Amino acid sequence: MLKILKYSFYDLMRSRWSYVYFFFYLLLGVVLLFLNNNLSKAVITLMNVIITLVPLIGTIFGVMYYYNSKEFTELLLAQPIKRSSIFIGQYLGVALSLSMSLILGLGLPFVFYGIFKSNAIWDFTLLLVTGTFLTLIFTALAFNIALSNENKIKGFGYAILLWLFLAVIYDGIFLMSLVFFEDYPLDKFSLIGSMFNPIDLSRILILLKLDISALLGYTGAVFKKFFGTNFGFIVSSVVLTLWVIIPTYFIKRKAGRKDF
Amino acid sequence: MIEIKELHKRFGKNEVLKGLDLTINEGGIFAVLGPNGSGKTTLIKSILGMVIPQSGTINLNGKTIKKDWAYRKGIDYLPQIANFPNNLSVKELIKMIKDLRANNTNKDEELIKLFKLDEFLNKKLGNLSGGTKQKVNLVLTFMFDSPLVILDEPTTGLDPISLIRLKDLINKEKAKGKTILITSHIMSFVEEVADEIVFLLEGVIYFKGTIPELKTKTEQPDFEHAIASILTDSYA
Repeated sequence: MLKILKYSFYDLMRSRWSYVYFFFYLLLGVVLLFLNNNLSKAVITLMNVIITLVPLIGTIFGVMYYYNSKEFTELLLAQPIKRSSIFIGQYLGVALSLSMSLILGLGLPFVFYGIFKSNAIWDFTLLLVTGTFLTLIFTALAFNIALSNENKIKGFGYAILLWLFLAVIYDGIFLMSLVFFEDYPLDKFSLIGSMFNPIDLSRILILLKLDISALLGYTGAVFKKFFGTNFGFIVSSVVLTLWVIIPTYFIKRKAGRKDF
Repeated sequence: MIEIKELHKRFGKNEVLKGLDLTINEGGIFAVLGPNGSGKTTLIKSILGMVIPQSGTINLNGKTIKKDWAYRKGIDYLPQIANFPNNLSVKELIKMIKDLRANNTNKDEELIKLFKLDEFLNKKLGNLSGGTKQKVNLVLTFMFDSPLVILDEPTTGLDPISLIRLKDLINKEKAKGKTILITSHIMSFVEEVADEIVFLLEGVIYFKGTIPELKTKTEQPDFEHAIASILTDSYA
C-alpha cells in the first residue's frame, strides 16, 4: 500500500493542480494577514473559507483522480497487489497531497507573520487539523461515488450534488425544520442533525475552540450547553474521525466487489 | 495448471459466462477464440481476479484464487488496450512496475532492444503511437518470466516486423515450458502459434482441441473456414 501511496502522491505532486491549490492558499493567507493585521480575525475568516472550499476541492479532486487514473488502476490490478491496497493507497495519496497543499499554503504566510509568537497558534493549528479532516472525509466520499459510477459525468454530478447538499442545502433544511418545529424541544434533534454533516461539525469544533458565542449559532449553542466546551470538543473530534473511517471502509468494500 | 469449474458471470442482465468448465494443462500455447462478446476477456479477467464471478471455482496449480492476490506473482498479463498513465515516461513506468512487483529483473533491456524502444525510453507515454504503446505493453508483460502468460489481443497495432519478433518471442517462451494463453482475431497468427484451440460460444466452451481436430470436426479444409463454419452454424 505504501508503494501505491508513494506513486499516487508523486504523481499528484507533479501535477499543475496541486500547485494551483497551494498558491491559492498562499495568496489567501498573505492577503488576509495584510488586510486584517489581526491573527484571530484572519483565523475566523479562514475558517469560513476552509469549511466550504476544502470539501469542494476534496470532492472534485477525488472524483477526478479516480477517473483519470483508471488505466493505471487497471494496470495495477493485474499485478500481485492486494485490491484494497491499491484503492486505499490511491485515496491516501490524493488526500495527503491535498492536505499538504493546504497546510503549506496557509502555514507559510502565517509562520512568516509570526504565528509561533502569538496566542492564536492553537486556533490556527486546529483550523489546519479540521481542514485535513475535511479533506480526508470528502476525498473518501468522492472515491465512493466514483467507484459506484462507471459514467464520469454522473460521478461528477453526484459529487457536486453531495457537496452542495452538505455545504448549503443541509443547513437550509436544518434551519427550516427548526423554525417549523419551534414548539417542540429541538436540542437533541439539532445535536444529532449536526453530527450527520461533517461541515457543520467542523464549524462547531472550531467555534468551540475560538469561544465566540455570538458566532456559534443555534447548534453550536446547543452543543456547548449540552457537552460543555471540552467534552463537546472531544465528541465532535470522535465523530469526525468516524466520518473518515466509515467511508474508507466502504472504499475497501466496494473495491473488493467491483469488476474491472 | 488452470482448472475452471461451473463459472458463471453476469453483468447486469447480460449473462456472459454460463457455467464454463475448462482445464488447461501446463506448457504450450492455448488460443482462446470466439466471436465478439463471447466472454473471452471476461474469462481472462476472471483468472486474473479483475472480474469477480457470481459462482464457480478457479484453481491455479491446485489452489483457489478466491480472495488471494499473491498468486498473480506467477502471471504475466498483457491487457487488450494499452492504456498507461500519460505523464510517465517509458523508463519510469518500467521502473515503477518492477518496484511494485518487487522484482529486479533486467530482462527488460533485452526486450527493449528486441522491439527497438531505446529512442522512446525518455518519452512520455501520452505522446507514443498506438503501436509503440503496444510494444511497451509487451516489454512490461514479458520482462518477469512468470510461468503463466496471458496475452489479450497481442497483435493490435504492431507492424509486420514487430509481429515476426513477437511470434519468435512467444515461441521462445513456450520452449521454456511456460503456459501461454492468447486471444486474437487474427486467424493466421493463431494458426501459426497455437498448439490448442479453446472456442468460446455463448458463454460456454464449444470446442477444445488441436487445429487438425477442429478441421475434421467441421469438415473444412482450412482453419479460417473451420472457425467461420462454427459461427455461421451457430448464427443460422
